[in-house]
Amino acid sequence: MSGTKTTYNDKVVRQFAVMTVIWGIVGMLVGVIIAAQLVWPELNIGFLHFGRLRPLHTNAVIFAFGGCALFATSYWCVQRTGHTRLWGGPLIPFTFWGWQLVILLAAISLPLGITQGKEYAELEWPIDILITLVWVSYAIVFFGTIGKRTVSHIYVANWFFGAMIIAVALLHLGNSAALPVSFLKSYSAYAGVQDAMIQWWYGHNAVGFFLTAGFLGMMYYFVPKQAGRPVYSYRLSVVHFWALIFTYMWAGPHHLHYTALPDWTQSVGMIFSLILLAPSWGGMINGIMTLSGAWHKLRDDPILKFLITSLSFYGMSTFEGPMMSIKTVNALSHYTDWTVGHVHSGALGWVAMVSIGSMYYLLPKLFGKTEMYSTKLMTTHFWIATIGTVLYIASTWISGVMQGLMWRAVNADGTLAYSFVESVKGSYPFWAIRWLGGVLFLSGMLIMAYNMFKTMAGGSTKDTPVIVPVGHHA
Amino acid sequence: MESVYLLIPVSVLLVFGIAVAFWWSVRSGQFDDLEGPGFRVLMDEDQPTPPKNDEEANKPVNS
Repeated sequence: MSGTKTTYNDKVVRQFAVMTVIWGIVGMLVGVIIAAQLVWPELNIGFLHFGRLRPLHTNAVIFAFGGCALFATSYWCVQRTGHTRLWGGPLIPFTFWGWQLVILLAAISLPLGITQGKEYAELEWPIDILITLVWVSYAIVFFGTIGKRTVSHIYVANWFFGAMIIAVALLHLGNSAALPVSFLKSYSAYAGVQDAMIQWWYGHNAVGFFLTAGFLGMMYYFVPKQAGRPVYSYRLSVVHFWALIFTYMWAGPHHLHYTALPDWTQSVGMIFSLILLAPSWGGMINGIMTLSGAWHKLRDDPILKFLITSLSFYGMSTFEGPMMSIKTVNALSHYTDWTVGHVHSGALGWVAMVSIGSMYYLLPKLFGKTEMYSTKLMTTHFWIATIGTVLYIASTWISGVMQGLMWRAVNADGTLAYSFVESVKGSYPFWAIRWLGGVLFLSGMLIMAYNMFKTMAGGSTKDTPVIVPVGHHA
Repeated sequence: MESVYLLIPVSVLLVFGIAVAFWWSVRSGQFDDLEGPGFRVLMDEDQPTPPKNDEEANKPVNS
């Protein structure tokens, strides 16, 4: 090689990685606050009540925490596996600053009640346009980098990241189509049940692509790297990818069981949801079996603990999801805390844990260190996070099933056995446990932030040279 | 059910798009080697400060 070596662009990865931890704390703190508001209703003060803060919580954890984690890991992975520097010039910092601005605007507009009223797509149209600009830039940077890779093979993780970027663009454009009536108010382009169907086509696939495909990309890069072993079956990972993206798009209607949506559409959604179990478990087994023959590494490596536990939760929630999409099960589970518990088994157990593990892998490397400041604190974080997650999902399972059973119970004369408020009263103890689970998970993030700042202190932020791919040696 | 008139064509188009991407990737040899890429990802030593790199760097890359 000549004297002037190209380097990787790690600056943007560093920025996104640090913000992942910061936004994680913010988003989870809002979650803990709204969980407390359910237990102690007097905490609903002014416009900072549950209804206003809940979308802030979901947006912050999904798009701020999860989004930053996706940007950081995909930018890292595409450069490392493509053996090339990130392409895109000024678009690269724009994706970072633009995304932070979106988050900031969300944090201001949502508590003020400026909303489109669509779950996970609440942000009003001017912010939606900014999201589109950032996302298109992200696509240009990512696929541009893929285009100038110096190896011919595109590593499987990049396929997952790429699919996530394309699908999210499509979903965002489809669902956010709206007619603005003023600067801060717009009406959806669709109405009634059509609107509901488009919304859950978006909502489910946002889970499927943003929170699954993207994080599977993370898994396929960071699990082998941290384990120091190739993925259990590379062939299976390719099959996993194509099976997942061919089937995911059709599962949305299971969010609208027993509504005005035509019956056959509901059934199609249910069947595709059940089919999804196969690729999901294929991927989970592939990830976990990567450790086969090296299980001892789990004993003292907290990063692997995070990654492998995240896969277990992924397996659990991708089993639970298809079960809940069965209409008869859904008749009991829908509108109860069970749904909330299911989401959090995916969100805390899978998405957050795989992100945390990946960040622990990345952070020392981004700051010129060999490892995190404290391994002990990482282990502590792992156990606190796991206990928090288990408390959260167990309590919401119990309260969810209890609510479902109470709402459907009828007396001999056909009248309802319980009033709604009785089910609320019955839920209190479980809501308290759920709040405790959230507090634990949040404390884990605070430990992580401390560990991160200690690791950053005195670190070097010099870009590292691009590694010449094997087989390209002169 | 007008939304179906939008979503079904979009989904079908998407499936075609995916099929084209799949066809391209098979034809261009992306999946000719389904063992090597798993190992290759482990070969880029991205530790910034080399603790044990002396032996690692000189080791012939096989596996």
